[in-house]
Amino acid sequence: MSEEAKAKVDEMPDWSAYRGVLIVVEQRAGVAKSVSWQLLGEGRKLADKLETDLLALVMGDGVGHLAEEAAYYGADKVYLCDAPELREYRTRPYSRVCLKLIEEAKPEIVLFGATGTGRDLAGAIATHLPTGLTADTTALDVEAPPSRLLLASRPAFSEKMMATILCKQYRPQMATARAGVFQALPRDTSRRAEIIRIDNPMKEAEIAARVIDFIGDSGKVNLEEAEVIVAGGRGLGGPEPFQMLKELADALGGKVGASRAAVDAGWINHDHQVGQTGHTVRPKLYFAIGISGAVQHTVGMSNSECIVAINKDPDAPIFQFAHYGIVGDLFKIVPAITAEVKKRRGALVHE
Amino acid sequence: MLHIVVCVKQVPDSREIRIDPKTNTLIRQGVPSIVNFYDLHGLEEALKIKDEHGARVTVVTMGPPPAEKALKECISLGADEAVLVTDRGFAGADTLATSYVIAQTIEKCGKEWGPVDIVFCGKQTLDGDTGQVGPGVACRLDLEQLTYVGKVVQVDPNARRVTVQRFLEDGIEVVETKMPVLITALKELNKVRRASLPGMIRAARYKPIVWTTADFPELDRSKIGLKGSPTIVAKTWVPEVKPANTKMLEGETPEALAAALADQLWAGELAQKLGL
Repeated sequence: MSEEAKAKVDEMPDWSAYRGVLIVVEQRAGVAKSVSWQLLGEGRKLADKLETDLLALVMGDGVGHLAEEAAYYGADKVYLCDAPELREYRTRPYSRVCLKLIEEAKPEIVLFGATGTGRDLAGAIATHLPTGLTADTTALDVEAPPSRLLLASRPAFSEKMMATILCKQYRPQMATARAGVFQALPRDTSRRAEIIRIDNPMKEAEIAARVIDFIGDSGKVNLEEAEVIVAGGRGLGGPEPFQMLKELADALGGKVGASRAAVDAGWINHDHQVGQTGHTVRPKLYFAIGISGAVQHTVGMSNSECIVAINKDPDAPIFQFAHYGIVGDLFKIVPAITAEVKKRRGALVHE
Repeated sequence: MLHIVVCVKQVPDSREIRIDPKTNTLIRQGVPSIVNFYDLHGLEEALKIKDEHGARVTVVTMGPPPAEKALKECISLGADEAVLVTDRGFAGADTLATSYVIAQTIEKCGKEWGPVDIVFCGKQTLDGDTGQVGPGVACRLDLEQLTYVGKVVQVDPNARRVTVQRFLEDGIEVVETKMPVLITALKELNKVRRASLPGMIRAARYKPIVWTTADFPELDRSKIGLKGSPTIVAKTWVPEVKPANTKMLEGETPEALAAALADQLWAGELAQKLGL
């Protein structure tokens, strides 16, 4: 053991009762959020490095199938709390189940999706335990035993810097993690996990909150799930050219994205923003059009499988990250690409 | 009468912070301080409830003495009273330690001016950016918690119930719960009013109430500041994105460039994977 590692262990309390990496699976109406499977993929790596189990917690009403899914995506052991009181997410009953499980199973790491629900739940639980909670992480790692510390990294200072955050004196170590950053393991239906049913300790009469209605997808763009994204930036010069981007996106079956500059200028709404204050995306194909490539944008899209950059400035930093670069006038090139895509896809090109 | 507490924070306008490309450090010089704008939406909603039902609106902040300026801004908009909680011992607090002090402060506000019915916080601060203090405060005070609220549908002081819309990634959730409640505000919640002239005059003369650790005889010192903060920033760095092996496409005309790109995309597996 290095001197440094030894010093670290010496100053830490004995946490040997805490083992395992727990992923809290998020679902709505029995459908899991993809971030949950992405976290299981990342959690698998952490658990393997720590030589411990990957645990999952599934909560809801009629969600037994998700316990099996969690196994397919890498969990060794799944805790399942299936109760009518958990049909909709409400902070109190969900946090009670989580707390009870954390107290009993004593995981050393607990991860939640950095969604509205995940943040709501994690914030309540961390305070109650109490323990440290790192928000919105985009990179996770662990120090090998004996220190077993979670290295939770997140954007800081309005995403201009990254910070690695540790929690030495408390257990479990908790973090929320962004959707789209981590990769799920391939779904393997031959995988089995031990499924342990746990009780819901809270009765309906004790719960004040009522979910009266849910107004689903109100035409909001779901960039995290998109396979193709056509994103525009400052180089578009105004809101109108986004229509041109939409035509290319439509031709490819994709969605329109935007850089922070375009959103801040009011050309398109924040739902479309890619980057650290917007969405972190990993589509198969990403077009960066009139986007210079500031670091806050590139860290949000650099996991894309194939990046095409179009910019009139040959020195734009985006060309360093793109797989294919085109220097030229985007107002001429984008419509030409749209026409070419339609031609190759065999669609009729209307003049 | 309803008692509403609004938590605010004075933050550096992070949009103005830049990185020195030579040293990779933050340039903080000349960066203006502003009231975290999500908090202002919380204040606006509190003032709207005050306009409709009558309420006492108390604003609280934890921060260094210059944060007084943020409180004066809230007074100019129509808050009744403002409390600055300040002490060197609070410095270095993470979200857990911060939520402890804020919760203690709100509890004390309740003792001074009557039980607190609603607490507003911004959904997150521009500098810390975690969104964890609101849920932390709710948990410590055992309040119902409604986060990411984009619309307050109804406040019923008699039935002591609140109905809101929570704006989530996949849609809008309409939730009703009982007071006392903590609500975290999105910018969609409302349009923040401008200060009135009488408000500005009042703010100019107003002296915020200042509380230090001495004002909290029961405060557990092990739970405040750096000591009470489980999370430690181990290192910071400027992210670098791995450069790709870029292929620059050539062509005389836009059509030729488009064809060159399409040749590349259709040559590999990508077009097949995308079903193109």
